[in-house]
Amino acid sequence: MVARSFVVPKHHLIRLTCQGPEAEISMLLFADRERSERLNVPDTLKAQMSACIKPHMVLMSDMGRALASVAGSSLDWHDAITGHTRVAHDELLQELMKHDLSARDLHATVNWFKKVAPAGDERGALSEIADYASADDWVELRTELDLLVVLATPGLEIEITTTEPPGPNDACRLSRDEAGRALALAERGRA
Amino acid sequence: MTALLDVTVAAGDGWIGEVPAGALFRIVDLQGNQAVDTIFYDAHDYANRYSAVDTIREQGAAYLTTGSVLVSTELDPLATIVEDTCGRHDTLGGACARESNIVRYGEHTRDMHACRETFLRQVRKWGPSSSGQRLTKRDITHNINFFMNVPLTADGGLTFEDGVSAPGKYVELRAERDLLVLVSCCPQLNNPCNGYNPTPIQLVASYAQHDSATSP
Repeated sequence: MVARSFVVPKHHLIRLTCQGPEAEISMLLFADRERSERLNVPDTLKAQMSACIKPHMVLMSDMGRALASVAGSSLDWHDAITGHTRVAHDELLQELMKHDLSARDLHATVNWFKKVAPAGDERGALSEIADYASADDWVELRTELDLLVVLATPGLEIEITTTEPPGPNDACRLSRDEAGRALALAERGRA
Repeated sequence: MTALLDVTVAAGDGWIGEVPAGALFRIVDLQGNQAVDTIFYDAHDYANRYSAVDTIREQGAAYLTTGSVLVSTELDPLATIVEDTCGRHDTLGGACARESNIVRYGEHTRDMHACRETFLRQVRKWGPSSSGQRLTKRDITHNINFFMNVPLTADGGLTFEDGVSAPGKYVELRAERDLLVLVSCCPQLNNPCNGYNPTPIQLVASYAQHDSATSP
């Protein structure tokens, strides 16, 4: 298990490459300039009416702003509803402490390269899909604000490059009205 | 039966208070279709609070109902649902906020009432605990929405729908340790979670033995 925490300025592309089956990457996101503002998975999912994270969705903060956009991925389902593993838990707490953050700052992680499928039944039964992702599966995130990224994973390959701000015809902006509004709030700087 | 608590929370209002280990805590949807946004904390360590995602993973199901054990970030059982006349409850949809209302419904909803405003207001009035603990915004974690229906479909859809609760339906929980409970009687008017008509709820806590045969 490796853990990392680093700041990525806005309008950068974070490319994550899967290191094989069961190599999910559990990620926490904080607005770097206002760390009380952080990824809110329930707000993100309900605004985009999705039970998972997939390409062209916007990852939203508790203050309504887009933190990052899923610019692309080889997979159309990344888990965000079953939390991180116990091993990752200790690693995330360790990284958070380096930024004067703690267990009180934990939020629901996005678990890239993991799928937990709902049966669609009365209980909302869920089952993890074994061997869902494989080496060379990838996801690209575009940062929309300066972000503190905290992650834990069994294996990490990451590349960070500059990219253009989302234009008027950006696929994430046009994916849903809600995504467009969250991007506009990030661009305006406040909700 | 020893009544520890019996309060009616007005439509759109909130409540914060402690429920001791071993007590039964009942939430009554007095008039039906009223979402009750709730967060549980270990009363002696607020950092050890309810975790929606850990609870979902540990029980292998998204909805909460009888038998669901509500666990904390440290996987400690905080409470167990011992009776549920509603049938299922959401813990994926989070709490409404002014900021998320703007994203979901547009700028014109900015000044409408919202659960996270209620949470903050309740937290502000909750002074330091006997051990000196205080709550802040960072403690307002992902919550439970009792009586709310957020169906999760096999193809990955998630929607807010009406219609699983009804007048007088209730959920009863057994506190597995001393708890601090934070509640918002949801004021949301932009979706069906309150049937477009927020109504009051009742909170009852007692040391009575759980026995459904004697329940009203």
